[in-house]
Amino acid sequence: MFRRFAAALFPLLLATTVLAQQSIQIKGSDTLVNVAQAWAAAYSGMRGGLSIAVNGGGSGNGIAAMLDGNVDIANASRAMRQGELELARQRGLHPLRHVAGYDAVAVYLHPDNPNRRLTMDQLREIYIRDGGLRRWSQFGDPVPGCPSDEVVVVSRQNNSGTYAYFRGEVLGRGKYRQGALEMHGSRNVVDLVSKTPCAIGYSGLAYANDQVRMACIAAPGEVCVTPDIASASTGGYPLSRPLLMYTNGEPRGEIKAYIDWIRGDAGQCILYEMGYAPIREVHCHDDKARPNHG
Amino acid sequence: MSDRTSPFARDTTLHGDCDRRDAAWYIDKGVEWLLFLGGISAILFIIGIFAFITHEGMGFITTRFDAGEFFTTQYWTPSDEYDPEYGILAMLAGTASVTGLAMLTAIPFSLGAAIYIGEFAGERAREALKILVELLAAIPSVVWGFIGLSVMNPLLIALFDIPVGLNIVNAGILLGLMATPIMTSIAEDALKAVPDRYREAAEAMGATRWQVIYKVVLPAARNGLLGAVLLGVGRAFGETMVVLMATGHAINIPDSPFDAVRALTATIAAELGETTAGSDHWGALFTIGILLFVITFLINLSADLIVRGIRGK
Repeated sequence: MFRRFAAALFPLLLATTVLAQQSIQIKGSDTLVNVAQAWAAAYSGMRGGLSIAVNGGGSGNGIAAMLDGNVDIANASRAMRQGELELARQRGLHPLRHVAGYDAVAVYLHPDNPNRRLTMDQLREIYIRDGGLRRWSQFGDPVPGCPSDEVVVVSRQNNSGTYAYFRGEVLGRGKYRQGALEMHGSRNVVDLVSKTPCAIGYSGLAYANDQVRMACIAAPGEVCVTPDIASASTGGYPLSRPLLMYTNGEPRGEIKAYIDWIRGDAGQCILYEMGYAPIREVHCHDDKARPNHG
Repeated sequence: MSDRTSPFARDTTLHGDCDRRDAAWYIDKGVEWLLFLGGISAILFIIGIFAFITHEGMGFITTRFDAGEFFTTQYWTPSDEYDPEYGILAMLAGTASVTGLAMLTAIPFSLGAAIYIGEFAGERAREALKILVELLAAIPSVVWGFIGLSVMNPLLIALFDIPVGLNIVNAGILLGLMATPIMTSIAEDALKAVPDRYREAAEAMGATRWQVIYKVVLPAARNGLLGAVLLGVGRAFGETMVVLMATGHAINIPDSPFDAVRALTATIAAELGETTAGSDHWGALFTIGILLFVITFLINLSADLIVRGIRGK
């Protein structure tokens, strides 16, 4: 519904940005869209006359729009793929990535689920097609409130950047388990897991709430790490990823100033307040409790 | 269409064209053309939509598409960078099972409502019930979907001890309730079309009320009732929001009514918005759109033909 509304709004946005003297067009990842809109609002408020149009639509769409020359910046929650880099080379473009922050993909469990420590190998056997881990008792402890003992695998729709990232890190080139519930949006994953004792799901750290628990994930040969802002920033958590902004070539003028501002203290504090991890340690003016943002 | 009302054929041999060309004449012609455009617009839109989805799907159909893979395999990973799979068998099974369960829910409800409204209810009860049934049709599908997520899901888990309440039963019951209004009103029309003399003749033979309905009215209204069911099937088959929210959206060939499944419509709704225009994935989604268009067209067409009694009594 919202998308249709957004589609109706789009020509309007286009018209207003053409009229404004200075404008920056941004499109891409839905993971980043909330924080990108907060950045745009704060920055254009600071610099009157500059309009910044931010659209979601997914990492793939943002990158495609950047390669078509329709937007100045593509937001992406995954790196550009081989095919996309190839297309850029054919068109004589030089996509350049800028790290705008970090996000941890947390593995969410129902609060009643005692199996809070998982290795990457176990995650793989849960999520991969025909994987061997199908029952919670295989982890040692049956889950109260889950009489069927079945692991209910919750995933994302197949064009989400989070889906692609989780697959790359956990499954490599393997495919997701057939029959996994593919939820539309990070929020829905967390909601479903909070109501389903048998379920396991993954979503950005920023979507955590007190109705779910985050699993402690162990990389091979390491102790397990529970995701938080610090372990996402340092990369200590195995499923932490950079949030990227792609430009065509070295940014100049307003676009360079904007990206520098995002990577500066002001931009990084906004990112931190939205529940993501800054690219370096920042001291924010108003260090209030971090809201769980959706 | 008679000559008088057609914008194209005018009988000039008999009357000549001796109308006065005043303002009223031009307004008359203008309105005639506008109404003509309105009349044929539905056809133009259908042709336009079909041309559009065919055009978008063609890029995929003529290149990557493999009918064997598309219709007989159950793996759907179109966004896979290395090895995309385009099988819709599981989604066909999902759509069919949800639609089937919706009909199991809707047929008793709508037939019962139609028989009561048409054969038993008094004047005032009939009017009140008809309005209430129409109201059921006015509930937006996203609200039904929300009921599926937040009411049916925990209810089904508690009742049946199943791990997840988003499944065929959940979506099927909701879709059945959504299809009930249209099925009730078509079925009631079908019962009303049975001449009263049939009922009077049966009662004169000493039949009870139930015997009249069961032995005389229902057989006589058979075609109309079948049409009502088919329109209900078309309604359930094409519904998107409820199946997106209440089926669990899992690619899975079900072996129990409590399995999560995925419908063809929901796949398009979930994936199209974030798919790069012109990609294989995009084309594959439009190919599903073509398939949906053709199937619903055939269902509605046959329902229409049956309701109109063209296939005979």
